[in-house]
Amino acid sequence: MLEMRNVSKRYRTSTVETRALAELNLSVEEGEFVAIVGPSGSGKTTFLNVAGLLESFDGGSYDLDGEDVSQLNDKQRSQVRNQKIGFIFQNFNLIPDLNIFDNVDIPLRYQRVPSWKRSELVESALDTVGLKGRMKHLPGQLSGGQQQRVAIARALVGSPRLLLADEPTGNLDSNTANGVFDLLLELHNAGSTILMVTHEESMASHASRSVQIRDGILRAN
Amino acid sequence: MLGYDSFLASKAIRQHPILSFLMALAIALGIGTFMTIMTISYSIGKNPLPQKNDFLYRVQLDAGNPDRQSNDPRSRPDQLTYTDATALMRSTAAWRQTAMFGVQGVVRPVREALHPFEVSGRAVYSDFFEMFDAPFKYGGTWSTSSDENGEQVVVLSSSTNDRLFGDQNSVGEHISLNDELYRIVGVLDKWDLVPRIYDLSFSPPEETFLPFSTAVELEFRRVGSTNCWQPSPPGRDGFLASECVWIQFWAELEDSSKRDTYLSFLDSYAMEQKQFGRFQRPLNNAIHTIDEWIDYSREEDGGLTIFAIIALLFFIVCLINTVGLLLAKFLSRTRELAIHRALGASRRALFWRFLVEAGCIGFAGGLLGLAFTWLGLVGIRVLLRGQDGALHLTQLDPLLTAVTILLGIVASILTALYPAWRGSRDTPGVLLKGL
Repeated sequence: MLEMRNVSKRYRTSTVETRALAELNLSVEEGEFVAIVGPSGSGKTTFLNVAGLLESFDGGSYDLDGEDVSQLNDKQRSQVRNQKIGFIFQNFNLIPDLNIFDNVDIPLRYQRVPSWKRSELVESALDTVGLKGRMKHLPGQLSGGQQQRVAIARALVGSPRLLLADEPTGNLDSNTANGVFDLLLELHNAGSTILMVTHEESMASHASRSVQIRDGILRAN
Repeated sequence: MLGYDSFLASKAIRQHPILSFLMALAIALGIGTFMTIMTISYSIGKNPLPQKNDFLYRVQLDAGNPDRQSNDPRSRPDQLTYTDATALMRSTAAWRQTAMFGVQGVVRPVREALHPFEVSGRAVYSDFFEMFDAPFKYGGTWSTSSDENGEQVVVLSSSTNDRLFGDQNSVGEHISLNDELYRIVGVLDKWDLVPRIYDLSFSPPEETFLPFSTAVELEFRRVGSTNCWQPSPPGRDGFLASECVWIQFWAELEDSSKRDTYLSFLDSYAMEQKQFGRFQRPLNNAIHTIDEWIDYSREEDGGLTIFAIIALLFFIVCLINTVGLLLAKFLSRTRELAIHRALGASRRALFWRFLVEAGCIGFAGGLLGLAFTWLGLVGIRVLLRGQDGALHLTQLDPLLTAVTILLGIVASILTALYPAWRGSRDTPGVLLKGL
């Protein structure tokens, strides 16, 4: 499903060059739930951005779902993000002036799914996370846990091949966090491939495999 | 995606209503100022007889002062001397032709209830009415023999006929004009010839029309400019034989292919006159279509051009302000943009979305600009109150209305190009890191 070989990433300013990822190798099989664990500043988010094609990388190769994504242009990368990857962010990243339906609808819009089909898919995704009754609400009218569930519905709605979760419970209290994490486990059990970065070992322990990241270098546990 | 882009654009506009309004206002102020001036310019330059443009020609003969020679072809007089106008009328080089000048007279109504009143008039030849598509309600033009014999016949405007005869068919009746009796041969229907192309005036067509030779013979009071480069000999005959120019001359040709032939005829006439000691300047005769004549006459008045340049500069300043506001607006939405990018929007998709949003703001700016244009024109109408053509000059027609709204959309899209490019080029990962 995901194959990274010797992937490296550096940030450069006029005076400083910072190594964010170094000779990174990772293989994720279909249906796996892999946790990337590391402290703040270890390169977790950079890794996830590279894996999600939100940022380019300097060296190495990256195959996603059997396709070499190293040399894609912006439009092709956008299509891969739209059709093969679902994102779950720590801060939910819902658009505040769009209601829940319209937030979840966004990936389908870029897939150019017909209107009647979109309604069906959005309702089904919200039903999966238990929020079908809140479709007309704005994000600000929901609790943090509910917002993260909406974000999960949005990540799921386009039937992506890979779910990328960046500290998905980082902004939630422990009870809510457990509920959200249970939802991720349910998705995993239903066959979804999930790659999650977290600094919480307790969360990582529930994944099928966890990998440590330190100074941009991955080490298997 | 246009529907979705429009949906998100409307959300974004409502999200920042004050900023959006300021942008629409900046565009509207620029458009309002620019279109006010352009409307007047357009109205001045509008050809009321486009169907005649390839046939009707204004004639200029250069019988100017030989002591004041100039390389500028525009140094030739706009009008003709009596000698030249009547000589051209005797020729058959044009299909139709008329010499003309404005006159003023006093009508003494037959009805005792009415007081004498002044009327504007024009001394023309019988071809005039067909040449300028004058519509007749009753009767028609006079005969060529009336022209030749200076008969006392007259064509009335619709309003003059209404005033004197209460909309009755007055053909065959007589009116007293300057204490002479004239037989009415025709009554014009409503005639909206604005600008009055034959003398480039914004007044409506005159109230009476009479034969050229009659007006000369009976010494009607002339209205219009008279330019003399040497003193006129005394008396009426002296004036008619002088080099003073005071007559407009129009020729109608069968088609535009005859243009060169007619100009050659004018040059031959001038060469012939040189033998009599006239036309001592180098050949500089010209004929102009209606469009050319309007342009030629407008070039002499550069005031409007200066106003148009100032209005254009003001418009550009407004657009530069809009660029700044758009940049601020687009860059303030990095969070939203990054989310869309993460979920599948390409740079190009965001770029187009920004342009759609700018187009929506521009449409609103165009509508508001239309209101400002209307206000500007109302203001100018008030300033020009009582002057000829004030209403015509300040009218916004459907074409200009469409142009105003389109200008708003196009201008806003052009101003959005840089902000849209700038707003869509950030890498989503970099933006999302800060969220």
